[in-house]
Amino acid sequence: MSERKCTLSVLVENTPGTLARVAGLFSGRGFNIDSLCVAETLDPTLSHLTLVTRGDDQIIEQIIKQLRRLVDVYKVVDVTEEGDYVEREMALIKVRAEKENREEIFRICEIFRLKIVDVTPRTYVIEVTGDKNKLEAVIELLQPIGIKEIVRTGTIAMKREKKNA
Amino acid sequence: MRGAKMVVEALKREGVEVIFGYPGGAVIDIYDELYKTDEVRHVLVRHEQGAAHAADGFARSTGKVGVALATSGPGATNTVTGIATAYMDSIPMVVLTGQVPTKLIGNDAFQEVDTTGVTRPITKHNFLVKRVEDLPRILKAAFHIARTGRPGPVLVDLPKDVQQAKGEFDYPEEIQLRSYNPTYEPHLKQIERAYQLLEKAERPVFLIGGGVISSGASEEVRELAERLNLPVTMTLMGLGGFPGDHDQSLGMLGMHGTYFANMAVANSDVLLAVGARFDDRVTGRVDAFAPSAKIIHIDIDPTSIQKNVKVDVPIVGDCKRSLERLLELIKAVGKPKKYFKERYKDWWDQIDIWRKRYPLSYKEDPNYIKPQYVLEKLYELTQGNAIICTEVGQNQMWTAQFYKFKYPRTLISSGGLGTMGFGFPASIGAQMGNPGKLVIDIAGDGSIQMNIQELATAMDQRLPIKIIILNNGFLGMVRQWQELFYEKRYSAVKFTTIPDFVKIAEAYGAMGIRITKTQEVEPTLKQILSMDKLVILDVIISPEEGVFPMVPAGKATTEMILV
Repeated sequence: MSERKCTLSVLVENTPGTLARVAGLFSGRGFNIDSLCVAETLDPTLSHLTLVTRGDDQIIEQIIKQLRRLVDVYKVVDVTEEGDYVEREMALIKVRAEKENREEIFRICEIFRLKIVDVTPRTYVIEVTGDKNKLEAVIELLQPIGIKEIVRTGTIAMKREKKNA
Repeated sequence: MRGAKMVVEALKREGVEVIFGYPGGAVIDIYDELYKTDEVRHVLVRHEQGAAHAADGFARSTGKVGVALATSGPGATNTVTGIATAYMDSIPMVVLTGQVPTKLIGNDAFQEVDTTGVTRPITKHNFLVKRVEDLPRILKAAFHIARTGRPGPVLVDLPKDVQQAKGEFDYPEEIQLRSYNPTYEPHLKQIERAYQLLEKAERPVFLIGGGVISSGASEEVRELAERLNLPVTMTLMGLGGFPGDHDQSLGMLGMHGTYFANMAVANSDVLLAVGARFDDRVTGRVDAFAPSAKIIHIDIDPTSIQKNVKVDVPIVGDCKRSLERLLELIKAVGKPKKYFKERYKDWWDQIDIWRKRYPLSYKEDPNYIKPQYVLEKLYELTQGNAIICTEVGQNQMWTAQFYKFKYPRTLISSGGLGTMGFGFPASIGAQMGNPGKLVIDIAGDGSIQMNIQELATAMDQRLPIKIIILNNGFLGMVRQWQELFYEKRYSAVKFTTIPDFVKIAEAYGAMGIRITKTQEVEPTLKQILSMDKLVILDVIISPEEGVFPMVPAGKATTEMILV
């Protein structure tokens, strides 16, 4: 069976230890976590986790079932299951911005519609938002110029509303 | 009301009559409240591991939630093996631990350990109570979670200041947890699909596991088996879920299962598995397990289904209710018993050939007592009317093979975790929960030494437990593996010092008897079974006896070593 990437949207009780339970489940059972994003929801008693993992169909089925088995897990949705979803990730990239390459950085920012959010005489901090492919393309182009530091959020994702519903 | 009193009040509301524990600084307040009540009996153990196993044995033998109490730090960590044992076998248990005051948590205070952190992977759920106003609801939730769905141990960590704080005791009658909703009712479409497979089957096998016992489904199992004329095999945890002396019983399957059970499963075309989880000791090499069978799998825990083997008809639901639905459907369709009798006649003929070819057996030896013989005699004398606890290793497997368990909750054994030192403290819990019943611990000379200190606990409570030590002077199961797979390099399996178990019994005020000859077995068993006191029977058995059949780890279950 072939491995696939899977993005899970998980609603959990906003209680201490819940994140440790989820993380412990993955390490204890040998599942992978590629990225994990946690944030509050409109309901303050629930937290939202977006979890990107990999595995064949059987492993992914187990991951979803095991998550649902946790007493503090309210809901698990496989966002990637039906293929129709949007996903975004953000990165902050600090690049060397010497006189001779500022022009080039500007050009890249314009093409990809990136924002420069902090400026010093020798560095820029660039904000990138998009899917994984876009982030990787931007990083590839900025690398020769000189990336000093990079911080990524991990993926968040949402199913698209059904058009005919 | 103070938090400590709330704990004791909650125990009363939950109908808890007995708890097993050991005091310490962080639980003195709870002990002070226990002192003031007659309604909750406290059994003082000699080691917190004993408390956890005793609570577990109580739960397994009665079906009620077992409760253990321990102090913070080492008290809590000593319960860990007991909690893990209960978790692996899905036993309902509530473990209460003391904790340092909330303002000291994280401070590396005296006797502080992150108990909820340590026990997170081995509990069904756990709680750290930070405010006394949360306490009633958390205690209610703990009992609710422990006993519903797939049962399991729940730990509640109680900081000392929370025990001392005052609050309103508003104990909920019922509790709803929005994120916890086990599925009890099976999907009827799936029940129909299961029936269609069974109706067309030619070589069906009915496989039952511990879920049958925890859901109380043994009557339904029997009715279904008899109605459809199904051969029944059991996992270790399922023993007693179907009468072991029934014509249709094939006994246990798996690594030390019977030849005929393993052959039947391997050649089956439909396997109906109920409340079993296809552990590696049951399946052997997975791709060779029941290779031509369509598998119907009923379990309350969806994660058990499709975890180890591919299932054709998954049914998520309570075992008892699912079997009830299946029986209703069978009655509605109305195929007579005769239909299945005739349909499976050839299959039963084949199974009978296997049964005759290699029945469970052992070689007699005039020089030694054979452990299998002891268990055969014990079965003859008790007729299945005893609660049999076991330790882990050869003693456990001989018991599973040669004692025919007729009723549910009569075998108390650590199946999943395989915890040596479990049986004796578990027998204390079982005897506390079943005062009039005969409770026997089948032990090895290795296992019994792992919680032998609990003899004092049993004597305190005047429990007439019978401990039968199958004493071969070896850690026998490891020795057997070394004999078979490590060219007899007996590394670290022979104790240089073996204590005199008769004298140990006497030192605790119990009775000790040693036997060395086969002809002593029956009269001595008769003698001890009629005695109303704790007895250690030290049976010196043949030192290098093995457990057979045996499927070597990782092999197909048809590749058995037979003698």
